[in-house]
Amino acid sequence: MSEHYYNSKDLAKFGNVADFQKELGEKFFSYYGEVFKDSALTAREKSLIALAVSHAVQCPYCIDAYSSDAFEKGWSEGQMMEAVHVACAIRGGASLVHGVQMMNKVKEIAM
Amino acid sequence: MKSLKAQNNILADAHEQIEIIEHGISGDFALVPFQEKLQQSALYPLKPAQLEIFQVNIGKMCNQTCRHCHVDAGPDRKEIMTTQTMQQCLNVLKDNPQLITVDLTGGAPEMNPNFRWFVEEIKKLNRHVIVRCNLTIILANKKYSDLPQFYKQHNIGVVSSLPFYTQDRTDRQRGSGVFEDSIKALQMLNEVGYGNESTGLILNLVYNPAGAFLPSSQQSLEKEYKQALMQRYGITFNNLFTITNMPISRYLDYLLTSGNYETYMEKLVNAYNPVAAANVMCRNTISIGWDGYLYDCDFNQMLELKVNCNSRHISDFNSEDLNKREIIIGQHCYGCTAGAGSSCGGAVV
Repeated sequence: MSEHYYNSKDLAKFGNVADFQKELGEKFFSYYGEVFKDSALTAREKSLIALAVSHAVQCPYCIDAYSSDAFEKGWSEGQMMEAVHVACAIRGGASLVHGVQMMNKVKEIAM
Repeated sequence: MKSLKAQNNILADAHEQIEIIEHGISGDFALVPFQEKLQQSALYPLKPAQLEIFQVNIGKMCNQTCRHCHVDAGPDRKEIMTTQTMQQCLNVLKDNPQLITVDLTGGAPEMNPNFRWFVEEIKKLNRHVIVRCNLTIILANKKYSDLPQFYKQHNIGVVSSLPFYTQDRTDRQRGSGVFEDSIKALQMLNEVGYGNESTGLILNLVYNPAGAFLPSSQQSLEKEYKQALMQRYGITFNNLFTITNMPISRYLDYLLTSGNYETYMEKLVNAYNPVAAANVMCRNTISIGWDGYLYDCDFNQMLELKVNCNSRHISDFNSEDLNKREIIIGQHCYGCTAGAGSSCGGAVV
């Protein structure tokens, strides 16, 4: 085992996951490829969404890949940071909206 | 910004550049040799197909000093093609009707004092002429402001760099204020009919990545460019050419100083495409330097790698000899074979 859980060089080995389960691996990568093609949304738009989601799921491999991909597809630094803020707002909001649950419970038991 | 030559930078020396491109800055950077890749694709030795494009670099002088320039062009460069060499080019064109397109480049080719005469003489020989116009030259001085009319009068194809449809990326690569002037120049070209399908006056734009990465899809980028330039500035153009930055001269300097050299080269090698390799531009192009020497392409010209045959100068031009030559290759050639490939006419796949 490597000394770190995350190694940037492992990103290039992503495709190797099919070595242990070929059929599912190939199905996943085929699906993945289809998802990111130009369609109702452009590949460019999808790249920015992927960047935001990468931050939401805090995947260092995805952040590495989609920071490059989004910039290469022409998104500016400002636009990319706004996308990260969208992820941040949703994650923060997801915690905060549970405050309503807390309030409900407190109101239920409070005198 | 001064050229590398004016700064006495070691990269101004072609031999130093080749050494770095082949072995890295530490001398022990080893990638799969380009020759090996060509051998695997059954393309080695790389031989010319029919010569069709006569690309002439008429001088290194330029009003801009772009950060990615493989020519190391700029206002401080004085190398300029003489009328004597131009006349030798005209003689070759007269004797070689298969050279159907003349591609004029620089520097800013318009800064050569004999540029207009040369264009007129080439047109008399009934050749298609392309000028690689940096756009800002049109606004650089009053004497250049009628260039759109001049181009129109001679039905010149105009190819112009606009690294992106936003100011930020364009100015970062080409210098402060370049985007604004480029937009004005494009509007001037549109006014005389360039970029309008119905006029036949061709205006093609060039996209270069503003950083250490490869171009994305030419087709998608063209669509975005057309939409953005029309919506924001009312500009139309014909086609977008995506061109990969070559690890040569000022772009090599950028890669080395930003610590991106090895990763970029690995990216190029990993993206090697045998289909693109079969369609590289050096197979149908001959490149002529400001001093009349012949090269396989503009990049080999900047690395001072003259053609590998007896016909090494325009005064000795012999198409039969040139057609039999082996094209000189090196690790920089990965720049033309990565992904969808790259040429002076954009992607090749």
